[in-house]
Amino acid sequence: MFVYADNAATTKVSRKALEAMMPALEDLYGNPSSLHQAGRAAEAALWNARERIAACLSAEPREIYFTSGGTEADNWAITEAARLGALKGKKHLITSAFEHHAVLHTMQKLEKQGYEVTYLKVHEDGLIRPEEVAAAIREDTALVSIMYANNEIGTIQPIRAIGEICRERGVLFHTDAVQAVGHLPVNVREDLVDMLSFSGHKFHGPKGIGGLYVRKGIPIRNFMEGGAQEFRKRGGTENMPGILGMAAALEEACSHMAEDSARVARMRDRLIEAIGKLPKTRLNGHPSQRVPGNVSFCFEGIEGESLLLRLDLQGICASSGSACTSGSLEPSHVLLAIGVPKEIAHGSLRLSLDASNREEEVDYIIEKLPGIVETLRDMSPVWEEMKA
Amino acid sequence: MAMTYSEKVMDHFAHPRNVGKIENADGVGEVGNMVCGDIMKVYLKVENGIIEDAKFNTFGCGSAIATSSMATEMIKGKPVDEALKLTNKAVVEALDGLPPVKLHCSVLAEEAVKAALKDYYEKQGLPVPEECLAESSHDHGEQGEEA
Ligand SMILES: Cc1ncc(COP(=O)(O)O)c(C=O)c1O
Ligand SMILES: [Zn+2]
Repeated sequence: MFVYADNAATTKVSRKALEAMMPALEDLYGNPSSLHQAGRAAEAALWNARERIAACLSAEPREIYFTSGGTEADNWAITEAARLGALKGKKHLITSAFEHHAVLHTMQKLEKQGYEVTYLKVHEDGLIRPEEVAAAIREDTALVSIMYANNEIGTIQPIRAIGEICRERGVLFHTDAVQAVGHLPVNVREDLVDMLSFSGHKFHGPKGIGGLYVRKGIPIRNFMEGGAQEFRKRGGTENMPGILGMAAALEEACSHMAEDSARVARMRDRLIEAIGKLPKTRLNGHPSQRVPGNVSFCFEGIEGESLLLRLDLQGICASSGSACTSGSLEPSHVLLAIGVPKEIAHGSLRLSLDASNREEEVDYIIEKLPGIVETLRDMSPVWEEMKA
Repeated sequence: MAMTYSEKVMDHFAHPRNVGKIENADGVGEVGNMVCGDIMKVYLKVENGIIEDAKFNTFGCGSAIATSSMATEMIKGKPVDEALKLTNKAVVEALDGLPPVKLHCSVLAEEAVKAALKDYYEKQGLPVPEECLAESSHDHGEQGEEA
């Protein structure tokens, strides 16, 4: 059996997305900037996609800027918010310790340029406390950037409460919603966010396409120099197959989100219950305040990469935050941020399900995983002492 | 980062040879630590200067397990003074190579074998050969680790 349980890493392009992409490759090849009919047809399709994506986020089409993905959207939003702050003498930024590297590394770049960054502590339950955001805001704070849902442990942050605080204090609020869009109901108006990043390949759209929502009236500038595309803010001939595919995928995900998320959450909870019964395991992050498909565990006494490889040999695709899977010597910064000791963080496993998964696949994982964990523990020189 | 292991590595990872312990072993060596994510323990049974049996227990990634398996295979049946010459490089070559980022995970195999041999010499009341005393080349030991 083949089970793809790594949907937080990326997803398979859906049939609907693929069907939307093909015309952009075959017939709609005009450049949306061209005046002739081929260009106009492409331009119309582009605008239509922008409208549909905006509708899924409760934004206006003019507020959606297409980018090459979540990474670019994060870089752009943070760099521009920092520049806007500096114009008013505000050079303090707030983020959290467990953001994606697209956010963290951008923050580190800005630190080198003279900005001061506060990395908020994440609590053991994988959640940030809005009152701690409020307490960190200063006179010179230019931006708060907190992710909507964490990519490794799936915890959903109190975005609306943080949005309220930021709006009240007059601080820009950006959220990396790459793991949320298409999986959770995201409403930029109600959530009071100023900027929001999303990425097509996390919800069965294609890779290399994403977007940034920027609330109208925020005078961001272009991130790279070029043509007049994307309302003069993001040059480059549009990735039409990507944009049309992403629009179709998002629309599809949003059209049955409630049913899907209830079904996916049931599968998630079955896995959490079954894995939680194994000795010396711990669930990472809040048990229910998490995206419907995220299952994240640490297994004491074993190392994550060997767990992944053994699962892979059984046809199960998963991921781990162990040092040895990242190619670095440090285990995942996310697990360390929520206080998991290093020696335990090496034994982490993330299974990420979504609407493409089936109950039989969950049965199969539940059948195979305990034996694999046991074999590796039996091989481990530390397990005997640990289990005592 | 996706990495491709050689067929040999995957074979030794999926079907590791010599897993387990030896009761009343003539030499036992343990290297690595939990914090950096790999620990390897090697047990030796020595008779008349020949390694009659070698077993291991490893906590670590795919390459740590595969190198443990291969290293124990390579020293079994060898005289102890020959086992002393085992190098990390030879183990990696026998496995048809490892991805470069994984090389640091493989040094443990050589070190664990040498630690077990050191223990053997000490138990025998013999002078410990220089090869066993070499500085640890495992570059992410506790000392190198920041808090
Ligand atoms: C939370 C989060 N932010 C940003 C990204 C980067 O998105 P992309 O791969 O589209 O650049 C990802 C996924 O890799 C993610 O999970
Ligand atoms: Zn390793």
